[in-house]
Amino acid sequence: MANSQNVLVEVQDLQVYFYLHEGVVRAVDGVSFQVRQGQTLGVIGESGSGKSVSAQSMMGIVPSPPAKQIGGKILMHLSENGAGYRVVNLAALPPKGEEFRRIRGKEIGMIFQEPMTSFSPVHTIGDQISEAILLHIPNVTKKEARERTIELLRRVGIARPEERIDAYPHQFSGGMRQRAMIAMALSCNPKLLIADEPTTALDVTIEAQILELLKELQQEFNMAMLYISHDLAVVGGVADEVIVMYLGLVMEQASTDELFENPLHPYTKALWQSIPKIDGELTRLAPISGSLPSPFAVHRGCPFFSRCQARIPGVCDTARPPLVEVTPGHLVRCVLYAGRTANP
Amino acid sequence: MAPEKETLLEIQGLKKYFPIQKGFLRRTVGYVKAVDDVSFSVKSGETLGVVGESGCGKTTMGRSLVRLYEPTDGKILLNVGDQTLSVTELNRQDMKIFRRNAQIIFQDPYASLNPRMNLLETVGEPLLVNKIAHGRDLEERVKEVITQVGLRVEHLRRFPHSFSGGQRQRIGIARALVVKPRLIIADEPVSALDVSIQAQILNLMEDLQDQYNLTYIFVSHNMSVIRYISDRIAVMYAGKLVELGPKTELLAQPKHPYTEMLLAAVPRTVERLRGQRTVTPGEPPDLTRLPSGCVFHPRCKYAQDICKVEEPKLRALGPEHQVSCHFAETLDLQGINSPHVVRVS
Repeated sequence: MANSQNVLVEVQDLQVYFYLHEGVVRAVDGVSFQVRQGQTLGVIGESGSGKSVSAQSMMGIVPSPPAKQIGGKILMHLSENGAGYRVVNLAALPPKGEEFRRIRGKEIGMIFQEPMTSFSPVHTIGDQISEAILLHIPNVTKKEARERTIELLRRVGIARPEERIDAYPHQFSGGMRQRAMIAMALSCNPKLLIADEPTTALDVTIEAQILELLKELQQEFNMAMLYISHDLAVVGGVADEVIVMYLGLVMEQASTDELFENPLHPYTKALWQSIPKIDGELTRLAPISGSLPSPFAVHRGCPFFSRCQARIPGVCDTARPPLVEVTPGHLVRCVLYAGRTANP
Repeated sequence: MAPEKETLLEIQGLKKYFPIQKGFLRRTVGYVKAVDDVSFSVKSGETLGVVGESGCGKTTMGRSLVRLYEPTDGKILLNVGDQTLSVTELNRQDMKIFRRNAQIIFQDPYASLNPRMNLLETVGEPLLVNKIAHGRDLEERVKEVITQVGLRVEHLRRFPHSFSGGQRQRIGIARALVVKPRLIIADEPVSALDVSIQAQILNLMEDLQDQYNLTYIFVSHNMSVIRYISDRIAVMYAGKLVELGPKTELLAQPKHPYTEMLLAAVPRTVERLRGQRTVTPGEPPDLTRLPSGCVFHPRCKYAQDICKVEEPKLRALGPEHQVSCHFAETLDLQGINSPHVVRVS
């Protein structure tokens, strides 16, 4: 099977619903995207956009129940020893089964906003990272795993790693814990790193250090990255390509340059105008009016309708707008662009 | 030339130390010097932005100003009408006058509201406690202020759990506003909110400031928010005030190396520079073991021998600009160049 665009993971029409007492939350409602080898895909979205659930689905860690994956595929290209590769549909694998366990940690690593969610507080950092190595890499002794762990800690910028390896998570500062989490995620040379708001809780100077580290590691390990954040400025500095999500749908997709120079979707534009910036003209912020609708609400049409300045009653709220390729590589889900296609 | 604004609040040598107690007998073995000898003044009607990273002391300072923490040392002077209240020395009676004039808004819209008090009770409580109003009159005042912050009168009997994060933050603002204070300390008021809601709250705070002639001390770690909202900016590091100056000047041409580092670390948004930022190694120091001399010297690329030995004092570099750095006059530091900003020579 030809892989001319070097696609590593392809998500197709993913649908994940949460069946709760109060109703059904359509957290991810038909989402598609591709992550290419060695590249970074940025995912921009606020609460309820479905960005985290999409990422968790790729790792098979969405709590099910109450969640249920009711549709879609997550196709991962895994290289076989020797020639070629095979394609695995992660969505079809039992999340707690053998095969997914082999993939999770080995092929895909994940780092989170809160480092403490990755670490057990009652085990040392070293034990936890070594455990991952021993589990996934064949023919490795405990001594070798420990050495590799020390090297990893050194590589992520933790000073005196031969001492720190025996420390407990609570003995590390926030920035150090985040680095340790990166070391753990990278311990088995995954092809894909999923980063879910990894620097949101960190100070800006530490954030800059962590992002620089990730960039270096990406090049060194030839690793793809899925970078999730609500911070447009950060994503602008990190991603090659970006998707913007809102209430479970992809609203816009483009290369980073294109998205920032020529944003098309009213939500993308409104988001950009509503955030304070460190440079550029200082004008009164234009907030997005209204607030997020109830997560249980079902939208027959565009979910952004109630807050959109460009909405057309009778059109936007009656049918869900399709995702349309307006210029090559630039996709938008909005009736304003429905008539325009790259290939008329 | 704008008329000289009167000073509303003056802080002199504010300190807040937290003792570290160890051992069976709980002996004090040291101190976390969260706020260490901070002095500045705040003018009536202005917004003073206080920025710094984790552990710099900005939140502790904000809370010490309203005596949520008792200051370890220093004076806080609030000018109310003809009186000057020395906040740290007030008795219970006079604290009531103080609390009618200085209020605080918190960061966490979920933790800062009592889940068992409905909207009317929450916003009405300050009026009751300060004996400003009760009964019918109280309800009228509460209705007025909640409408002004964008909440609906129909929701008066609802409880916090039925409001969104942004709405709860509005409740916090209404609660602070209902006593018609002169000064509001806003401690990271938008940090916990969704991006699209932050702008609503920032604009609301600006509008209320004009309407009620409020003075804000706005604490945040987010430099972009500070740039947007402040008239003057105070930069804190490891419990110390390292720079204080007018926004435009400070951003275009910072005078303290830490300010320069902080500004350089924020990703740019203007086209050519999009996403760019400068990375500097190191972390803020352990507050129980501060470096000798200037607390910033281990991370400072301009550090000289004197910096390791002698702590620089906060001194004036111009009528409005203060810095604590031995080399403030000679360093030419990089700021943010924006179209509206003229590099001050």
